[in-house]
Amino acid sequence: MIAAFHHAETPVHRLRPGVKIAAVFMGATLAFVFANWIALAILASGVLVLYVIARIPPALALAQIRPALLILVAIFALHAIFDDWLFGLFVVARLVVIIVLAALVTLTTRVSEMVAALEIGLGPARHIGIDPSRVALAVAMAIRFIPVIATQAAAIREAQAARGLHRSFVAILVPLVIRSLRMADSVAEALDARGFETKERVGKDSATIDSQQKPSVEAVERVVD
Amino acid sequence: MIEIRDVSHRFEERTVLQDLNLSLRERRIAVVGANGSGKSTFARLLNGLVVPGSGKVFVDGLDTKAKGREVRRRVGFVFQNPDNQIVYPIVEEDLAFGLRNIGISGAELKERIDAELARFGLTHLRNQSAHLLSGGEKQLLAIAGVLVMRPSCIVFDEPTTMLDYRNKRMIARFVSDLEQQVIMVTHDIELIMDYDRVIVFDEGRVVADDRPGTATQAYIQRMSVA
Repeated sequence: MIAAFHHAETPVHRLRPGVKIAAVFMGATLAFVFANWIALAILASGVLVLYVIARIPPALALAQIRPALLILVAIFALHAIFDDWLFGLFVVARLVVIIVLAALVTLTTRVSEMVAALEIGLGPARHIGIDPSRVALAVAMAIRFIPVIATQAAAIREAQAARGLHRSFVAILVPLVIRSLRMADSVAEALDARGFETKERVGKDSATIDSQQKPSVEAVERVVD
Repeated sequence: MIEIRDVSHRFEERTVLQDLNLSLRERRIAVVGANGSGKSTFARLLNGLVVPGSGKVFVDGLDTKAKGREVRRRVGFVFQNPDNQIVYPIVEEDLAFGLRNIGISGAELKERIDAELARFGLTHLRNQSAHLLSGGEKQLLAIAGVLVMRPSCIVFDEPTTMLDYRNKRMIARFVSDLEQQVIMVTHDIELIMDYDRVIVFDEGRVVADDRPGTATQAYIQRMSVA
């Protein structure tokens, strides 16, 4: 979903995210209720037709399976060794169809549409003190910042390699967490500047750093420049 | 117009701004100073991201402490690192974010986004992932994300620091074409030579406040002595 959205003007793209997600649930349920090759072939054909209508390039469709490839191979191998290889093949084929169907949602739905649907879906959570708009924004930002943090991790790894340190998970993790926390401070400030108030307002219409607060060391370093 | 009256500010034990009294009326104002001189804190005072420990800041008569949200609608802020300012994964969606926060939707939202994308030459990138943009394109998107909200003043906090020379020139050109009042915090003297006013900060105080030629000369002299 990070960069998965494939822009096109098609009926599949125009469907509401809630409808698409419901269709995925229905498809997955059918795949388990009617557990036979004929039903699976019908479902797979339906998914294929949707991909054609959505004008998704075949290479992009196949790329959706790649992240799950190792797990799929492992599932097949376990079935082949301890059970029946043909049933293992069926289980894997069923998972592939479900993964590809679910990927169609992310390939044809903008993050903002998904976030809006999530916000509506979380509406009842207001009664237990959860603000759906904040949860929805957190999801959108998680998608946005995964590649940013990955870039930072690569930069740290390069800097360490340049100084003779090779492949140490802890050595990468610590500076990465510190950088990410610093970035979180800056992003919170940017959210405020763009009209999304990140702090609860107590007696004033403002989300600010004032001298009564105890700002983080990072916040101070950032603003005293 | 922005008025700063008797403003001082501390972060715990450290005094970062002292006894500031300024009226910011000119169309192009630059703020320069060494690292740690307080210019970024000063910039954040102007749209209420930082509230002064003592004294008041008024934007068009609105107290930034009491009317932070309203002030931020009038004063936009462009940060040094656009990666921290772009919050949605797709270019068009990021532009829509600020507009939705101020209650704009439907046809007006689309019209404003189209206008800003066209102004910055980003129309062909509207469905692009933000993390795939170049550094210059990201900074343009960050500026477009502020302009789409139509503030009357824009504060830039070192917007060209992370850019190469070509992108720096491009950003400078876009900034110079803006109708709005611009307050530019920068180390880049070349960028501000045609500005109306340059304010020089050192150790939290204004040490020079003049036309670019005189003020930048004072700044360079201070930097040379240090």
